[in-house]
Amino acid sequence: MKFVVKKAYCSGGRIGALELGSCPKPIETPALLLSTRKGLPHFIAPDLLTSLPFPDSHLLQISPLHFLEGLASTTISKIGGLHQMLSLHQYGIAAVARDSIQCLPESKGATKLGPSFETPCGRLSINSKDYVEMISCMRPNIWATLADEVPAWVSEKRNKTSVDRTVRWLDDCLALNPAAGSVFGAVVGGPNFDERMRCAMEVAKRNVSGYWIGGFGLGERIEERPALLSAIIDVLPDEKPRMISGLGLPEEILEGIDAGIDLFDSTYVYCLTLGGFALTFSLDNGGNQYDFQRCQVERDLTKINLRAKVYSKDMSPILGNCTCYTCRNHTKAYINHLFNVHEMLAQTLLEIHNTHHYLMFFRVIREAIKDGRFKKFRMTFIESRRVHQETKADCA
Amino acid sequence: TKAMALVFEVLGRFNRARAARLTLPHHVCQTPLFMPVGTQGTIKGLTNSQLEDIGCQIILGNTYHLALRPTSELLDEVGGLHNFMNWQRGLLTDSGGFQMVSLLHLADITEKGVTFQSPVDGKPMLLTPEESIQIQNRIGADIIMALDDVVKTTITGPRVEEAMYRTLRWIDRCIAAHKRPHDQNLFGIVQGGLDPILRDICAKGLVERNLPGYAIGGLSGGEDKNSFWRVVAQCTAALPEDKPRYVMGVGYPLDIVVCSALGADMYDCVYPTRTARFGTALIPEGVLKLKHKAMAEDTRPIDPTCPCMVCKNYTRAYIHCLVTKDAMGSQLLSYHNLYYMLQLSRNLHFSIVEGRFPEFVCDFLHKMFPKGDVPEWVCNAMEVAGIDISSCCAPFSSCEESVSKSMPEEVILAG
Ligand SMILES: [Zn+2]
Ligand SMILES: [Zn+2]
Repeated sequence: MKFVVKKAYCSGGRIGALELGSCPKPIETPALLLSTRKGLPHFIAPDLLTSLPFPDSHLLQISPLHFLEGLASTTISKIGGLHQMLSLHQYGIAAVARDSIQCLPESKGATKLGPSFETPCGRLSINSKDYVEMISCMRPNIWATLADEVPAWVSEKRNKTSVDRTVRWLDDCLALNPAAGSVFGAVVGGPNFDERMRCAMEVAKRNVSGYWIGGFGLGERIEERPALLSAIIDVLPDEKPRMISGLGLPEEILEGIDAGIDLFDSTYVYCLTLGGFALTFSLDNGGNQYDFQRCQVERDLTKINLRAKVYSKDMSPILGNCTCYTCRNHTKAYINHLFNVHEMLAQTLLEIHNTHHYLMFFRVIREAIKDGRFKKFRMTFIESRRVHQETKADCA
Repeated sequence: TKAMALVFEVLGRFNRARAARLTLPHHVCQTPLFMPVGTQGTIKGLTNSQLEDIGCQIILGNTYHLALRPTSELLDEVGGLHNFMNWQRGLLTDSGGFQMVSLLHLADITEKGVTFQSPVDGKPMLLTPEESIQIQNRIGADIIMALDDVVKTTITGPRVEEAMYRTLRWIDRCIAAHKRPHDQNLFGIVQGGLDPILRDICAKGLVERNLPGYAIGGLSGGEDKNSFWRVVAQCTAALPEDKPRYVMGVGYPLDIVVCSALGADMYDCVYPTRTARFGTALIPEGVLKLKHKAMAEDTRPIDPTCPCMVCKNYTRAYIHCLVTKDAMGSQLLSYHNLYYMLQLSRNLHFSIVEGRFPEFVCDFLHKMFPKGDVPEWVCNAMEVAGIDISSCCAPFSSCEESVSKSMPEEVILAG
């Protein structure tokens, strides 16, 4: 992995380029990592992946824990690692234990040996040694070290322990010195400003290639976030990439980018897709959402619910000017029908559109950063969006 | 002569088997041809572009389901099912009658039509031949099916005769009700159970009506394989040479090879996609159960000889960890299974056109029955089809009783 910060702007955000051996073109940051289940996007088959924007769509996030049921690491190694197994040779793969969807940190189950996760196949605990062994077999391009993520409401003492453990596990992982991939050191500290800083400083001292920021989206107050994020970022060296989990909404993405985050996960896209929602917010260069045509049924224009009856005869695409596979080929009426009859193609088509739309959102953001007008973009976007959005996103 | 919306050109023959070009309003197809079932206007998470990549030529839609949702009125309003699902190739709809009888316990057949309890409000409803055609006219498929009186092949006695004669009476009502003969082809369905005399009367009666194509109905309902192939052989012989013949509900690879040898052209079945959902892949040797523990360490493709997207890219081990747990598992397996069926269709077509059909059949049987234990019914059918398969049968017990291979296990279990 090679990462270059092309430029950091005083109006917020920074533009970088992430080069991964497997991907034929550098990926511009800030960027979105596609969330996966066992390595493939939830509903998009590999041959359909190629219809998504290039190279934007070539970063995947994978949870090694998904393979604990049913597939031994040694088998993955025998196949030749994740890229070979998934036949995604030109993709960059980032491994993070938490997937924010089905693999969630369970702080009560964590011990000094390692974290614990709530998963579809019950509670899973993992220690540094086993984790590093999995990583060595899977050979992702990037991997985050294990973190003791705790929700915002735990005691100060527990939060402090989580930082101690996370730093110790980082040392354990580094000591095991796996041959595979670039290590991203995990940063935690919950909603505590000092702990966040302490953790970031400790991790910054270590020999890592980048940083993975955890412990967000776990019950902290929205107002606390900017200060927490800048406390962490101020301590981390500028030249290395920063990835975060737990921020998903457009507003949250903009906030993270403002603070200097480079890589985000796409759990938001997954949640919307499952709920039958299609992203329809404006990709206006200036972030303006005002001109967006008001629709009769739904107050929230940032997204539409394709399950709604009003779309049953709507023979127009989700978005007329969207160039994704779904919008080029299918109508709202058809997707509405697919949801009505519980057919999987509904999710497939919707995941394609939503992923495409969110990747384009990142493109628009990068343009705004490059033009030095990110601050204004962000403000316009959030304010004009508030007008249209009366209900909170289901996926917050 | 009556209007027809298809052209059927036989390109090659081997005895009774034929390969043809079937030109429909929306697509030029090659027969023999397997038609995947897309009950509700879609097939198991696969996109249209994937279905085209696989080589899918005609998709079957179920009238009963489509009439419930999104309704035929809506489909009519938006320009038919082709437009609704943006499928540019062929479509076929069934009459809806069979689905009612098989899905709803309270269905009852009278001279007027099929009476059933509405799944929406529980009120009694009636599907007449006229209505079935009207609904199918609205859906707009290239091929539409006549409403027939279906009885299980396991039923015997006067009910079979009644159903056959009723099917013949209903075909005239269907023809009269058909409003779009220039865009849609109405196929009649030969009924008559396992009774050769009744089948003969029915086939003759339908042929007199000079329809664009004919189906052989009422099979695949649990009858023994000997009766099955004999009915197919009898019907294909009685149906005209220059019209397509469609064996309804047939979908095991072996059955398709046998029926094609006997002169049938079209098939449909939910088997390839349904069995995929249970973690089973179709391979030349029979079936491969990917749920099986042994698959967890198997780094080979599902079928090393298959050039499909799934086999080119994935190992059995990876598919093993996806099947029955993740949506992607059944998507990838359905993809492979449909590819297998359509590749089989293409192989049948080209082996007939290129004059090497017997070699293809022998090769197919040899892979499926490497010990030479080809089931007796297959041997008998092939004899009638004029195909010498002695090279792939074991020398002494040339034709053994073998049920296990002709009918994959989990289908028996699923009932
Ligand atoms: Zn779109
Ligand atoms: Zn295959």
